[in-house]
Amino acid sequence: MALRGNLRDFTITQLLNLINLAGKTGTLVVEGPSETAKIAFRDGKLAYAEIGSEDGSLASILHHAKRLSSGQYKSIQQGAAHIPDKELGLLLINAGYLSQEDILTNLQQHFTDIVQRLFTWVEGFFHFDNDLLPPEERISVRLDLENLIIEGSRQLREWEQLQDEIPSLDMALKFTDRPGTNLRNVNLSVEEWRVVSYINPRNTMRQIASATKMNDLEIRRIIYGLLQAGLVEVTRQAGAIAPTPSVRVFPSDNKEEQKSLVNRLINRIRSL
Amino acid sequence: MQTVKMVVTGPFSAGKTEFIRSVSEIDVVSTERKISSNQEKAVKEQTTVAMDFGRITVDDDLVLYLFGTPGQRRFDFMWEILSEGMLGFVVMVDSTRPETFREARSILETFRAYAPTPYVVAANKQDMKDAWEVEDMRHALRLDSKVKLVSCTATDRDSVKAILLELLYSILNEMENGEK
Repeated sequence: MALRGNLRDFTITQLLNLINLAGKTGTLVVEGPSETAKIAFRDGKLAYAEIGSEDGSLASILHHAKRLSSGQYKSIQQGAAHIPDKELGLLLINAGYLSQEDILTNLQQHFTDIVQRLFTWVEGFFHFDNDLLPPEERISVRLDLENLIIEGSRQLREWEQLQDEIPSLDMALKFTDRPGTNLRNVNLSVEEWRVVSYINPRNTMRQIASATKMNDLEIRRIIYGLLQAGLVEVTRQAGAIAPTPSVRVFPSDNKEEQKSLVNRLINRIRSL
Repeated sequence: MQTVKMVVTGPFSAGKTEFIRSVSEIDVVSTERKISSNQEKAVKEQTTVAMDFGRITVDDDLVLYLFGTPGQRRFDFMWEILSEGMLGFVVMVDSTRPETFREARSILETFRAYAPTPYVVAANKQDMKDAWEVEDMRHALRLDSKVKLVSCTATDRDSVKAILLELLYSILNEMENGEK
Protein backbone atom coordinates (compact mmCIF):
# COMPACT_ATOMS: atom_id res chain seq x y z
CA MET A 1 0.00 0.00 0.00
CA ALA A 2 1.37 3.39 -0.94
CA LEU A 3 2.29 5.46 2.07
CA ARG A 4 0.28 8.57 1.37
CA GLY A 5 -2.34 10.65 3.08
CA ASN A 6 -2.99 13.90 4.90
CA LEU A 7 -1.39 15.24 8.06
CA ARG A 8 -4.92 15.76 9.38
CA ASP A 9 -5.08 12.01 9.85
CA PHE A 10 -1.48 11.07 10.44
CA THR A 11 1.00 13.27 12.30
CA ILE A 12 4.64 13.75 11.35
CA THR A 13 5.61 11.97 14.57
CA GLN A 14 3.56 8.94 13.59
CA LEU A 15 5.15 8.95 10.14
CA LEU A 16 8.66 9.10 11.58
CA ASN A 17 7.80 6.22 13.89
CA LEU A 18 6.56 4.13 10.97
CA ILE A 19 9.63 4.90 8.86
CA ASN A 20 11.89 4.07 11.80
CA LEU A 21 10.20 0.76 12.62
CA ALA A 22 9.96 -0.30 8.98
CA GLY A 23 13.57 0.69 8.25
CA LYS A 24 12.41 2.50 5.12
CA THR A 25 14.60 3.99 2.43
CA GLY A 26 13.26 6.82 0.28
CA THR A 27 11.92 10.34 0.66
CA LEU A 28 8.89 11.63 2.52
CA VAL A 29 7.40 14.51 0.56
CA VAL A 30 5.09 16.77 2.58
CA GLU A 31 3.08 19.58 1.01
CA GLY A 32 2.61 22.16 3.74
CA PRO A 33 0.53 25.35 3.90
CA SER A 34 2.97 27.38 1.85
CA GLU A 35 5.93 25.13 1.00
CA THR A 36 6.94 21.55 0.38
CA ALA A 37 9.39 19.60 2.49
CA LYS A 38 11.41 16.57 1.41
CA ILE A 39 12.88 14.37 4.11
CA ALA A 40 15.10 11.49 2.93
CA PHE A 41 15.75 8.30 4.88
CA ARG A 42 18.07 5.34 4.52
CA ASP A 43 17.24 2.16 6.42
CA GLY A 44 14.94 4.11 8.69
CA LYS A 45 17.49 6.76 9.60
CA LEU A 46 17.36 10.44 8.66
CA ALA A 47 19.69 11.08 5.71
CA TYR A 48 18.79 14.49 4.34
CA ALA A 49 16.15 17.22 4.48
CA GLU A 50 15.18 20.29 2.50
CA ILE A 51 12.25 22.64 2.69
CA GLY A 52 10.71 24.99 0.15
CA SER A 53 13.18 26.91 -1.91
CA GLU A 54 15.60 27.45 0.98
CA ASP A 55 19.25 27.15 0.10
CA GLY A 56 20.30 23.77 1.45
CA SER A 57 23.89 23.95 0.24
CA LEU A 58 26.69 23.12 2.65
CA ALA A 59 28.08 26.65 2.43
CA SER A 60 24.71 28.18 3.32
CA ILE A 61 24.20 25.81 6.23
CA LEU A 62 27.66 26.50 7.65
CA HIS A 63 27.25 30.26 7.19
CA HIS A 64 23.88 30.17 8.94
CA ALA A 65 25.48 28.22 11.80
CA LYS A 66 28.22 30.88 11.97
CA ARG A 67 30.91 28.35 11.08
CA LEU A 68 31.74 30.36 7.98
CA SER A 69 32.10 34.11 8.03
CA SER A 70 30.17 36.26 5.58
CA GLY A 71 33.40 36.90 3.70
CA GLN A 72 34.18 33.18 3.41
CA TYR A 73 30.63 32.43 2.33
CA LYS A 74 30.76 35.13 -0.33
CA SER A 75 34.08 33.81 -1.64
CA ILE A 76 32.68 30.30 -1.92
CA GLN A 77 29.59 31.56 -3.71
CA GLN A 78 31.69 33.49 -6.18
CA GLY A 79 34.46 30.97 -6.79
CA ALA A 80 33.03 27.57 -5.92
CA ALA A 81 29.28 27.82 -6.31
CA HIS A 82 29.00 24.86 -8.67
CA ILE A 83 31.16 22.32 -6.92
CA PRO A 84 29.32 19.54 -5.08
CA ASP A 85 29.00 19.75 -1.31
CA LYS A 86 31.17 16.65 -0.83
CA GLU A 87 34.06 18.33 -2.65
CA LEU A 88 33.53 21.59 -0.80
CA GLY A 89 33.52 19.71 2.47
CA LEU A 90 36.84 18.05 1.63
CA LEU A 91 38.30 21.40 0.64
CA LEU A 92 37.26 22.98 3.93
CA ILE A 93 38.64 20.04 5.93
CA ASN A 94 41.93 20.00 4.03
CA ALA A 95 42.26 23.77 4.44
CA GLY A 96 41.88 23.32 8.19
CA TYR A 97 38.72 25.45 8.53
CA LEU A 98 36.54 22.66 9.83
CA SER A 99 36.73 19.01 10.81
CA GLN A 100 34.60 16.24 9.37
CA GLU A 101 32.76 16.07 12.70
CA ASP A 102 31.97 19.79 12.53
CA ILE A 103 30.46 19.42 9.09
CA LEU A 104 28.35 16.39 10.00
CA THR A 105 27.18 17.94 13.27
CA ASN A 106 26.03 21.10 11.51
CA LEU A 107 24.31 19.17 8.76
CA GLN A 108 22.53 16.97 11.31
CA GLN A 109 21.38 20.05 13.21
CA HIS A 110 20.11 21.68 10.02
CA PHE A 111 18.16 18.58 8.98
CA THR A 112 16.78 18.15 12.50
CA ASP A 113 15.60 21.78 12.54
CA ILE A 114 13.71 21.21 9.29
CA VAL A 115 11.97 18.11 10.67
CA GLN A 116 11.08 19.99 13.85
CA ARG A 117 9.46 22.73 11.82
CA LEU A 118 7.17 20.11 10.36
CA PHE A 119 5.85 19.22 13.83
CA THR A 120 3.59 22.27 13.71
CA TRP A 121 2.11 21.33 10.34
CA VAL A 122 -1.36 19.95 11.00
CA GLU A 123 -2.64 19.91 7.44
CA GLY A 124 -1.05 18.86 4.14
CA PHE A 125 -0.70 15.93 1.77
CA PHE A 126 2.23 13.59 2.14
CA HIS A 127 3.57 10.61 0.24
CA PHE A 128 6.63 8.41 0.58
CA ASP A 129 8.65 7.89 -2.60
CA ASN A 130 10.80 4.76 -2.34
CA ASP A 131 12.76 5.76 -5.43
CA LEU A 132 13.57 9.34 -4.50
CA LEU A 133 16.99 9.62 -2.88
CA PRO A 134 18.97 12.65 -1.64
CA PRO A 135 20.51 14.79 -4.37
CA GLU A 136 23.87 13.41 -5.52
CA GLU A 137 25.69 16.66 -4.89
CA ARG A 138 24.59 16.90 -1.24
CA ILE A 139 26.09 15.21 1.81
CA SER A 140 23.88 12.68 3.58
CA VAL A 141 23.99 11.88 7.27
CA ARG A 142 22.82 8.92 9.33
CA LEU A 143 20.72 10.10 12.26
CA ASP A 144 18.63 7.89 14.54
CA LEU A 145 15.00 8.94 14.67
CA GLU A 146 14.18 8.03 18.27
CA ASN A 147 15.10 11.39 19.76
CA LEU A 148 13.26 13.24 17.02
CA ILE A 149 10.17 11.12 17.65
CA ILE A 150 10.27 11.85 21.39
CA GLU A 151 10.74 15.55 20.71
CA GLY A 152 7.91 15.47 18.19
CA SER A 153 5.55 13.83 20.68
CA ARG A 154 6.43 16.41 23.29
CA GLN A 155 5.88 19.27 20.86
CA LEU A 156 2.58 17.81 19.72
CA ARG A 157 1.31 17.74 23.31
CA GLU A 158 2.56 21.28 23.83
CA TRP A 159 1.02 22.38 20.53
CA GLU A 160 -2.38 20.93 21.45
CA GLN A 161 -2.20 22.56 24.86
CA LEU A 162 -1.27 25.93 23.36
CA GLN A 163 -4.01 25.67 20.76
CA ASP A 164 -6.52 25.04 23.53
CA GLU A 165 -5.24 28.03 25.39
CA ILE A 166 -5.03 30.34 22.35
CA PRO A 167 -7.42 28.96 19.73
CA SER A 168 -7.27 31.92 17.36
CA LEU A 169 -4.37 34.14 16.29
CA ASP A 170 -6.79 36.61 14.73
CA MET A 171 -7.46 38.30 18.04
CA ALA A 172 -5.33 41.13 19.39
CA LEU A 173 -3.62 41.70 22.74
CA LYS A 174 -3.58 44.54 25.21
CA PHE A 175 -1.68 45.15 28.42
CA THR A 176 -3.69 44.38 31.52
CA ASP A 177 -4.72 47.10 33.86
CA ARG A 178 -3.13 45.58 36.96
CA PRO A 179 -2.06 48.24 39.45
CA GLY A 180 1.52 47.80 40.57
CA THR A 181 2.67 45.90 37.49
CA ASN A 182 5.61 47.54 35.84
CA LEU A 183 6.74 45.85 32.67
CA ARG A 184 10.23 47.24 33.16
CA ASN A 185 10.74 45.10 36.25
CA VAL A 186 9.78 41.91 34.47
CA ASN A 187 12.54 39.70 33.09
CA LEU A 188 11.72 38.78 29.52
CA SER A 189 13.82 37.13 26.86
CA VAL A 190 14.81 38.92 23.68
CA GLU A 191 12.06 37.14 21.75
CA GLU A 192 9.48 38.01 24.39
CA TRP A 193 10.48 41.68 24.33
CA ARG A 194 10.20 41.65 20.57
CA VAL A 195 6.62 40.41 20.86
CA VAL A 196 5.85 42.88 23.67
CA SER A 197 7.01 45.76 21.49
CA TYR A 198 4.22 44.94 19.04
CA ILE A 199 1.44 44.55 21.60
CA ASN A 200 -1.31 46.93 20.67
CA PRO A 201 -5.04 46.35 20.20
CA ARG A 202 -4.51 47.25 16.53
CA ASN A 203 -2.23 44.24 15.96
CA THR A 204 -3.53 40.71 15.83
CA MET A 205 -1.36 37.90 17.16
CA ARG A 206 -0.99 36.67 13.59
CA GLN A 207 0.36 40.05 12.51
CA ILE A 208 2.78 40.08 15.43
CA ALA A 209 3.97 36.58 14.44
CA SER A 210 4.56 37.75 10.89
CA ALA A 211 6.45 40.88 12.01
CA THR A 212 8.67 38.88 14.39
CA LYS A 213 9.09 36.00 11.91
CA MET A 214 7.70 33.46 14.34
CA ASN A 215 5.66 30.42 13.49
CA ASP A 216 2.32 29.55 15.09
CA LEU A 217 3.91 27.46 17.83
CA GLU A 218 6.56 30.02 18.76
CA ILE A 219 4.15 32.94 19.00
CA ARG A 220 1.62 30.93 20.98
CA ARG A 221 4.34 29.80 23.38
CA ILE A 222 5.43 33.37 24.08
CA ILE A 223 1.92 34.78 24.35
CA TYR A 224 0.90 31.93 26.65
CA GLY A 225 3.72 32.92 28.99
CA LEU A 226 2.62 36.57 28.94
CA LEU A 227 -1.00 35.58 29.56
CA GLN A 228 -0.06 33.30 32.43
CA ALA A 229 1.93 36.10 34.03
CA GLY A 230 -1.10 38.34 33.76
CA LEU A 231 0.76 40.93 31.72
CA VAL A 232 -1.52 40.86 28.70
CA GLU A 233 -5.02 39.83 27.81
CA VAL A 234 -6.74 38.87 24.60
CA THR A 235 -9.01 41.44 23.04
CA ARG A 236 -10.83 42.08 19.79
CA GLN A 237 -8.65 43.90 17.26
CA ALA A 238 -9.27 47.67 17.46
CA GLY A 239 -11.09 48.88 14.40
CA ALA A 240 -12.12 45.36 13.50
CA ILE A 241 -15.68 45.15 12.39
CA ALA A 242 -17.56 42.95 14.82
CA PRO A 243 -19.15 40.04 13.01
CA THR A 244 -22.59 41.11 11.93
CA PRO A 245 -24.97 38.47 13.17
CA SER A 246 -27.11 37.18 10.37
CA VAL A 247 -29.82 36.59 12.98
CA ARG A 248 -31.09 39.60 14.89
CA VAL A 249 -30.54 39.71 18.64
CA PHE A 250 -33.68 41.70 19.33
CA PRO A 251 -36.94 41.54 17.37
CA SER A 252 -37.03 45.33 17.21
CA ASP A 253 -34.39 47.97 16.48
CA ASN A 254 -36.07 50.47 18.78
CA LYS A 255 -33.92 50.95 21.90
CA GLU A 256 -36.86 51.58 24.23
CA GLU A 257 -38.60 48.44 23.01
CA GLN A 258 -35.41 46.49 23.52
CA LYS A 259 -35.10 47.73 27.12
CA SER A 260 -38.74 46.92 27.74
CA LEU A 261 -38.17 43.42 26.42
CA VAL A 262 -35.23 42.85 28.78
CA ASN A 263 -37.30 44.12 31.71
CA ARG A 264 -40.06 41.70 30.77
CA LEU A 265 -37.51 38.89 30.78
CA ILE A 266 -36.24 39.97 34.20
CA ASN A 267 -39.74 40.00 35.66
CA ARG A 268 -40.52 36.61 34.22
CA ILE A 269 -37.32 34.98 35.51
CA ARG A 270 -37.99 36.45 38.96
CA SER A 271 -41.42 34.91 38.95
CA LEU A 272 -40.22 31.38 38.15
CA MET B 1 -44.58 35.81 18.69
CA GLN B 2 -41.15 37.32 19.42
CA THR B 3 -38.25 35.10 20.37
CA VAL B 4 -34.92 35.81 21.99
CA LYS B 5 -32.17 33.42 22.92
CA MET B 6 -29.38 32.84 25.38
CA VAL B 7 -26.62 30.27 25.10
CA VAL B 8 -25.29 28.11 27.90
CA THR B 9 -21.82 26.84 27.17
CA GLY B 10 -18.85 25.33 29.00
CA PRO B 11 -16.65 22.24 29.08
CA PHE B 12 -17.83 18.69 29.02
CA SER B 13 -19.92 17.77 32.10
CA ALA B 14 -19.92 21.29 33.54
CA GLY B 15 -23.69 21.17 34.12
CA LYS B 16 -25.13 22.86 31.04
CA THR B 17 -27.96 20.40 30.51
CA GLU B 18 -28.94 20.46 34.18
CA PHE B 19 -28.89 24.26 34.15
CA ILE B 20 -31.41 24.46 31.33
CA ARG B 21 -33.45 21.61 32.76
CA SER B 22 -33.91 23.54 36.02
CA VAL B 23 -35.82 26.40 34.45
CA SER B 24 -37.18 25.12 31.17
CA GLU B 25 -40.95 24.73 30.99
CA ILE B 26 -40.54 22.01 28.42
CA ASP B 27 -38.55 18.85 28.85
CA VAL B 28 -35.13 19.76 27.63
CA VAL B 29 -34.90 18.61 24.07
CA SER B 30 -31.50 17.08 23.76
CA THR B 31 -30.04 14.72 21.24
CA GLU B 32 -28.06 12.78 23.78
CA ARG B 33 -26.06 9.79 22.73
CA LYS B 34 -24.19 7.17 24.67
CA ILE B 35 -20.60 8.13 25.14
CA SER B 36 -18.17 5.92 23.29
CA SER B 37 -14.85 7.10 24.74
CA ASN B 38 -13.75 5.36 27.95
CA GLN B 39 -12.28 8.56 29.30
CA GLU B 40 -15.53 10.46 28.94
CA LYS B 41 -17.53 7.46 30.22
CA ALA B 42 -15.65 7.73 33.50
CA VAL B 43 -17.22 11.16 33.95
CA LYS B 44 -20.76 10.53 32.77
CA GLU B 45 -22.86 8.15 30.72
CA GLN B 46 -24.61 10.42 28.24
CA THR B 47 -23.41 13.53 26.50
CA THR B 48 -25.04 16.18 24.41
CA VAL B 49 -24.27 15.55 20.80
CA ALA B 50 -25.94 18.43 19.04
CA MET B 51 -27.46 20.80 21.53
CA ASP B 52 -29.84 21.19 24.42
CA PHE B 53 -32.89 23.31 23.93
CA GLY B 54 -35.09 24.74 26.65
CA ARG B 55 -37.85 27.33 26.66
CA ILE B 56 -39.31 29.94 29.01
CA THR B 57 -42.50 31.63 27.89
CA VAL B 58 -42.41 35.23 29.09
CA ASP B 59 -45.87 36.28 27.97
CA ASP B 60 -48.25 35.94 25.03
CA ASP B 61 -45.83 37.80 22.84
CA LEU B 62 -42.37 36.75 23.95
CA VAL B 63 -40.45 33.50 24.40
CA LEU B 64 -36.91 32.98 25.67
CA TYR B 65 -34.99 30.01 24.28
CA LEU B 66 -32.02 28.54 26.06
CA PHE B 67 -29.51 26.72 23.89
CA GLY B 68 -26.89 24.49 25.44
CA THR B 69 -23.74 23.79 23.43
CA PRO B 70 -22.11 20.37 23.29
CA GLY B 71 -19.06 20.30 25.56
CA GLN B 72 -16.55 18.35 23.51
CA ARG B 73 -14.16 20.12 21.16
CA ARG B 74 -15.11 17.87 18.28
CA PHE B 75 -18.54 19.53 18.21
CA ASP B 76 -17.21 23.06 18.30
CA PHE B 77 -18.46 23.70 14.77
CA MET B 78 -21.89 24.09 16.44
CA TRP B 79 -20.76 26.93 18.70
CA GLU B 80 -20.67 29.68 16.11
CA ILE B 81 -24.03 28.63 14.73
CA LEU B 82 -25.61 28.61 18.18
CA SER B 83 -24.09 31.96 19.12
CA GLU B 84 -25.70 33.84 16.23
CA GLY B 85 -28.29 36.32 17.48
CA MET B 86 -27.86 35.53 21.16
CA LEU B 87 -28.70 38.11 23.84
CA GLY B 88 -25.85 36.86 25.98
CA PHE B 89 -24.27 33.67 27.22
CA VAL B 90 -23.45 31.75 30.36
CA VAL B 91 -20.19 29.83 30.70
CA MET B 92 -20.64 26.95 33.11
CA VAL B 93 -17.54 25.75 34.95
CA ASP B 94 -17.39 22.66 37.14
CA SER B 95 -15.93 23.96 40.41
CA THR B 96 -14.82 20.46 41.40
CA ARG B 97 -12.75 19.78 38.28
CA PRO B 98 -9.88 22.25 37.97
CA GLU B 99 -8.55 20.25 35.04
CA THR B 100 -11.43 21.77 33.02
CA PHE B 101 -10.63 25.39 33.89
CA ARG B 102 -8.28 25.83 30.96
CA GLU B 103 -10.91 24.51 28.58
CA ALA B 104 -13.50 26.85 30.12
CA ARG B 105 -11.18 29.79 29.58
CA SER B 106 -10.67 28.80 25.96
CA ILE B 107 -14.44 28.46 25.39
CA LEU B 108 -14.99 31.87 26.95
CA GLU B 109 -12.44 33.46 24.63
CA THR B 110 -14.00 31.74 21.63
CA PHE B 111 -17.49 33.01 22.45
CA ARG B 112 -16.22 36.51 23.18
CA ALA B 113 -14.74 36.49 19.70
CA TYR B 114 -18.02 35.36 18.14
CA ALA B 115 -20.08 38.22 19.58
CA PRO B 116 -19.49 41.20 21.92
CA THR B 117 -22.49 40.31 24.08
CA PRO B 118 -22.65 40.27 27.88
CA TYR B 119 -21.87 37.04 29.67
CA VAL B 120 -21.74 35.51 33.12
CA VAL B 121 -19.42 32.76 34.30
CA ALA B 122 -21.20 30.30 36.58
CA ALA B 123 -19.07 28.44 39.11
CA ASN B 124 -21.21 25.31 39.20
CA LYS B 125 -21.38 22.48 41.75
CA GLN B 126 -20.59 24.87 44.57
CA ASP B 127 -22.64 22.58 46.82
CA MET B 128 -20.02 19.85 46.45
CA LYS B 129 -17.32 19.19 49.01
CA ASP B 130 -14.43 19.51 46.53
CA ALA B 131 -15.63 22.74 44.99
CA TRP B 132 -13.01 25.46 44.63
CA GLU B 133 -13.70 28.82 46.28
CA VAL B 134 -15.19 31.20 43.76
CA GLU B 135 -12.45 33.80 44.16
CA ASP B 136 -9.79 31.14 43.71
CA MET B 137 -11.54 30.16 40.50
CA ARG B 138 -11.44 33.78 39.36
CA HIS B 139 -7.66 33.72 39.57
CA ALA B 140 -7.39 30.27 38.02
CA LEU B 141 -9.62 31.34 35.13
CA ARG B 142 -7.77 34.67 34.89
CA LEU B 143 -11.02 36.62 34.94
CA ASP B 144 -10.93 40.34 35.28
CA SER B 145 -12.58 41.71 38.43
CA LYS B 146 -15.29 43.25 36.22
CA VAL B 147 -16.40 39.83 34.93
CA LYS B 148 -19.36 38.36 36.78
CA LEU B 149 -18.34 35.04 38.33
CA VAL B 150 -21.31 33.70 40.24
CA SER B 151 -21.73 30.70 42.49
CA CYS B 152 -24.18 28.16 41.07
CA THR B 153 -25.85 24.83 41.69
CA ALA B 154 -27.38 23.90 38.35
CA THR B 155 -29.90 21.51 39.85
CA ASP B 156 -31.31 24.29 42.04
CA ARG B 157 -33.86 26.46 40.30
CA ASP B 158 -33.25 29.55 42.44
CA SER B 159 -29.55 29.32 41.77
CA VAL B 160 -30.13 29.11 38.02
CA LYS B 161 -32.58 32.03 38.17
CA ALA B 162 -29.92 34.11 39.89
CA ILE B 163 -27.46 33.44 37.07
CA LEU B 164 -29.99 34.35 34.37
CA LEU B 165 -30.91 37.52 36.24
CA GLU B 166 -27.28 38.57 36.52
CA LEU B 167 -26.95 38.14 32.77
CA LEU B 168 -30.09 40.17 32.12
CA TYR B 169 -28.89 42.93 34.45
CA SER B 170 -25.64 43.03 32.47
CA ILE B 171 -27.56 43.28 29.22
CA LEU B 172 -29.67 46.12 30.59
CA ASN B 173 -26.61 47.86 31.98
CA GLU B 174 -24.88 47.71 28.63
CA MET B 175 -27.92 49.19 26.93
CA GLU B 176 -28.05 52.04 29.40
CA ASN B 177 -24.33 52.68 29.07
CA GLY B 178 -24.70 52.68 25.32
CA GLU B 179 -27.17 55.52 25.57
CA LYS B 180 -24.86 57.76 27.61
